[in-house]
Amino acid sequence: MKRLLLMVLMLLSASGLQAQGLDIGLVSGNEASLPIAVVPMPYQGRNVAPGTDVSEVIRNDLNRSGQFRSLPVANMPPARPTRGSEIDFDAWRLRKQDFIVVGRIVDTADGGYQVEYDLYDVAKRSRLLGLPIPGREKSMREVGHQIADEIYEKILGVRGAFWTRVAYVTATGLGPGTRYMLKVADSDGMNEQVIVRSPEPLLSPAWSPDGRKLAYVSFERGNSTIYVQDLNTGGRDVVASFKGINGAPSFSPDGRRLAMTLSKGGNPEIYVMDLASKSLTQVTRHYGIDTEATWMPDGRTLLFTSDRAGKPQVYSVAATGGEPTRVSFQGESNARATVSFDGKKIGMAQGSGNIYRIAILDKSFGGGSRWLTLSPGNLDESPSFAPNASMLLYATKEGRRGVLYAVSADGRVRLRIVSTENGDVREPAWGPFRQR
Amino acid sequence: MNNTTRLMIAAAIAMSLAACTKKVKEVPADTTAGETTTGATTGAITDTAPGKYSPADLDTDSCLRQRVVYFDFDQDTLKPDFQAAIACHAKYLRDRPEARMNLEGNADERGTREYNLGLGERRGNAVSAAIQGNGGSADQISVISYGEERPTCADSSEDCWSRNRRVEIVYTTR
Repeated sequence: MKRLLLMVLMLLSASGLQAQGLDIGLVSGNEASLPIAVVPMPYQGRNVAPGTDVSEVIRNDLNRSGQFRSLPVANMPPARPTRGSEIDFDAWRLRKQDFIVVGRIVDTADGGYQVEYDLYDVAKRSRLLGLPIPGREKSMREVGHQIADEIYEKILGVRGAFWTRVAYVTATGLGPGTRYMLKVADSDGMNEQVIVRSPEPLLSPAWSPDGRKLAYVSFERGNSTIYVQDLNTGGRDVVASFKGINGAPSFSPDGRRLAMTLSKGGNPEIYVMDLASKSLTQVTRHYGIDTEATWMPDGRTLLFTSDRAGKPQVYSVAATGGEPTRVSFQGESNARATVSFDGKKIGMAQGSGNIYRIAILDKSFGGGSRWLTLSPGNLDESPSFAPNASMLLYATKEGRRGVLYAVSADGRVRLRIVSTENGDVREPAWGPFRQR
Repeated sequence: MNNTTRLMIAAAIAMSLAACTKKVKEVPADTTAGETTTGATTGAITDTAPGKYSPADLDTDSCLRQRVVYFDFDQDTLKPDFQAAIACHAKYLRDRPEARMNLEGNADERGTREYNLGLGERRGNAVSAAIQGNGGSADQISVISYGEERPTCADSSEDCWSRNRRVEIVYTTR
């Protein structure tokens, strides 16, 4: 099966002391992570058992977050409870587990499955959560991601982002033979789908807020062109194909407008297109390069990259136009902003000499803002926040190869993501929360 | 113009051509590189040469065969090394009004992809302006920026970066 390989690298601390690279499922070394046992959930119905090990999906999700350390099945006590009444709490406390999840899969009247699970606090022997979630054979991984999201939120107080998808571009070959693909996969790298194949460059995928569409830039018509494609039907529209650059699309929070970069007037400026009427509003007017617009959650403000002061820096401007104000003052250059759902954290690619790293400008602390460098460099770019802002995806290069990393917003946890097809992976875009 | 001046101009052109030739990445059509340079010197004195360029010259004339213009990091300033080649291509456009060219602007991998689209376009525009300054018509020139999306090499080294910071002159109608 074609999919992204996920490997986990844990950082012992944000100071950059790096532990050994570990395979997924063997997360350790993060002393702050919470021990949790997700007991295998057997099929107790009368038909054919689902092909997905739902408890394994949950364990892997929780491990990848870096916030949890799930007990390997091999280390579990021999008695495997499937419901609360069967839990021998002392046995799990001996194994130093803070939480335990038990469950089973049963049939539903309409021929599908239902996962019934319970989350318990081991020390208090109290039930924290428990819901039945229905699913079909093809959607049992999604059921696992939904359960992992609920566990994550119940314990950490932050909505989980496991039941989400990511978009990215792969490229194989060099020169005229290069082949590009825009793909979408689940947040764990599974269920990879090819959205577009092209012999010409593809870049800058951007999700619609409902997760049903992707905007992206393709050169398949000879020049850069912005498309919006429906992920279910595969149908797509050309939304911008003007003379010059057609780039950097970004959906507004209400999904009705698309910010973009057009150089039809002579040099790159930010525009906002009303998607229903295709009418354009010019936002910036400057001879510098203005590009990479992204929306603040208020839907009224755009952040963008501009080299109007010499080197690229991040600026803020009203989406209807007006005088921009500079946002980034640390670092030689800053570009390609990504904004957390609450607008308090702005991730960007920060350059200094030949070193480019992902940095966050954090304004969560009242008065002043604080910078945090999340990645080790050298050519880190294209940061993209998860919808719960717990992690960011970004692209980098290892030798000649493009790879992705996911890093927690505190910089402690990092996951390496490479293509199984030996090519480059780049331009990650973390999609919105999925809806039941 | 006396003979000494004429010689000095010829020498200067030959030197600038030699400087360009070193950076041309295209494979020479033949191995007699020395002779082609001499031949091009005549062709390069464009304003005094009586003949007009023909499409065949695109394959044989060593000045016209220079189709790549290189740039410094984060810069769109045209370097003096490339003035002679710019002049040849401008003359070609003047000689052949039906000819059309794409100027494909490219950047190295440093900096973000969308910013580099802007940078590649700036470089394409700089070459376009220089060709127009030498008499080429804007109607004959299209600028397309590929940013960092079409590298010729994938190493993260100064050498590779310098080869990717370029504008490629591509004739769509000869």
